Amino acid sequence: MSKLEVKNLNMHYGDFHVLQSVNMPIAQHEITAMIGPSGCGKSTLLRCFNRMNDLIESAKIQGEILLDEKNILVKETNLIKLRKKVGMVFQRPNPFPLSIYENVSYGPKIHGEGKKRVLLEIVQKALEDVLLWDELKDRLKDSALSLSLEQQQRLTIARLLAVQPEVLLMDEPCSALDPISTQRVEELMFQLKEKYTIVIVTHNMQQAARVSDRTGYMLLGRLVEFDETQKIFTNPKHKETEDYVTGRFG
Amino acid sequence: MKEKLIQKSLFLIATSAISILVLITFFIFKEGSPLFLKKGFFSVVFGSDWSPIEGHFGVWPFIVGSIWVTVGALVLGVPLALACSIFLVEFAPKKLRLWVKPAIELLAGIPSVVYGFIGVVILVPLIRVYFGGTGFSVLASSVVLAIMILPTIIGISMDSLSAVPPSYREGSLALGATPWQTVYRVVLPAARSGVLASVILGMGRAIGETMAVIMVAGNAVRIPGALTDSVRTLTSNIALEMGYAIGDHRMALFATGIILFGFIMVLNISANLLTRKK
Ligand SMILES: Nc1ncnc2c1ncn2[C@@H]1O[C@H](COP(=O)(O)OP(=O)(O)OP(=O)(O)O)[C@@H](O)[C@H]1O
Ligand SMILES: [Mg+2]
Repeated sequence: MSKLEVKNLNMHYGDFHVLQSVNMPIAQHEITAMIGPSGCGKSTLLRCFNRMNDLIESAKIQGEILLDEKNILVKETNLIKLRKKVGMVFQRPNPFPLSIYENVSYGPKIHGEGKKRVLLEIVQKALEDVLLWDELKDRLKDSALSLSLEQQQRLTIARLLAVQPEVLLMDEPCSALDPISTQRVEELMFQLKEKYTIVIVTHNMQQAARVSDRTGYMLLGRLVEFDETQKIFTNPKHKETEDYVTGRFG
Repeated sequence: MKEKLIQKSLFLIATSAISILVLITFFIFKEGSPLFLKKGFFSVVFGSDWSPIEGHFGVWPFIVGSIWVTVGALVLGVPLALACSIFLVEFAPKKLRLWVKPAIELLAGIPSVVYGFIGVVILVPLIRVYFGGTGFSVLASSVVLAIMILPTIIGISMDSLSAVPPSYREGSLALGATPWQTVYRVVLPAARSGVLASVILGMGRAIGETMAVIMVAGNAVRIPGALTDSVRTLTSNIALEMGYAIGDHRMALFATGIILFGFIMVLNISANLLTRKK
């Protein structure tokens, strides 16, 4: 069963038709990668899954996105609950200018958890999950901005895990990181996929090939091809996909 | 050659502007400080008897007056100004912001005598009717000052709120926070130093304001005991008496100026420190 199902999704920024009849399933406990040249609408698609596009006034969306078989694009959707379920990691690490502890406990706190002891447990668990606990357990009070970029990105992932989401949306989570940090974050994604459903946007085709189970190739707002990652990279059905993954384009 | 000339003349202009300021400061201290030596620093600052004819120059009532009026202005003005800037930056449609911001900045340009006049015509009678007394009071001055410091506080805190990176807001909203939680827990802490600086600058403006306060404060020489009491501030005292002051009296007014100078220095330095720390 798919965790998320995109059905005939169309989206406009004003008059600009940015997503054109996109259809795709996203399976539970898998990593789904979205690739494609710059400006093809990958981030836009990703931001539909947690309705972040609602913040943009000119954005108009039609179609359906089913999360656990329920359409999240209807008006009645509770955005707070939706975003608690479907969390997002951004391209540039964006820890809040608060302490490490406050960053990770932010989510649980706004969702009503008040007990210090419980919060500390959640923080520890989340930091352990992203392999930061040992490094940071003695400096939880330090500013999150004092961390390295990789640590910051891990921290934003921990901040997300602390609200116990079900789906993780990652928009080029490694593009600000060096190769070694990238590799370590990729390993982290592998571990996270056991418990979460992950959708990742990436410019890095090797990354898509390495980490994902399924890949979608987008071009100018269309989803050209969507299939198992292996097939996309070794035996794509469409000429456009082949040109892109072999590096003849983009 | 031409470059050199321009450089030289710019340097000259800059140094003369600065030296004028230094000269003025020096002048104030030269004229005022002998009083402290003559009467004793404490008896001037903490003395509550101001009767120039008998040679008593205690400025304590005016210090208290200035503090009362300023605190009152902050209590009334700061919440209003902050609410206004948060609303305009975080919640109002962009179009509204583009209109309102310049309008608010325009408010800063209205001469203070106009604020004072409105205070006398509208505010003072209202206070007389509803709170008793003559209406010329701490309360009237605080309200007028609160309105006058709004543009300063709103302008600067709007700038510092707008300077908070959108990625913080997105990060918070994407975690399922409400817009208000986002503002309160992320945006405001991120903009804290700028917002504090705006409040301090507003405070400086309130302490320094003279004309509008003279018009609505009543200006009695005594320590006010209630919000409806008449009050005289440091600035008012100088402005009211400078026309006829000679000798020690004149010196005492300059001494008042020195005290005022101290207040403003402390405020500006702390505002600078706060904004630089970021
Ligand atoms: N807020 C907006 N208003 C109008 N147009 C936008 C807006 N955001 C993005 N676009 C346009 O929509 C298109 C898709 O943008 P999007 O950010 O989804 O691309 P992307 O595939 O993520 O690109 P990249 O790989 O560079 O991140 C682009 O042409 C972009 O210029
Ligand atoms: Mg993008």
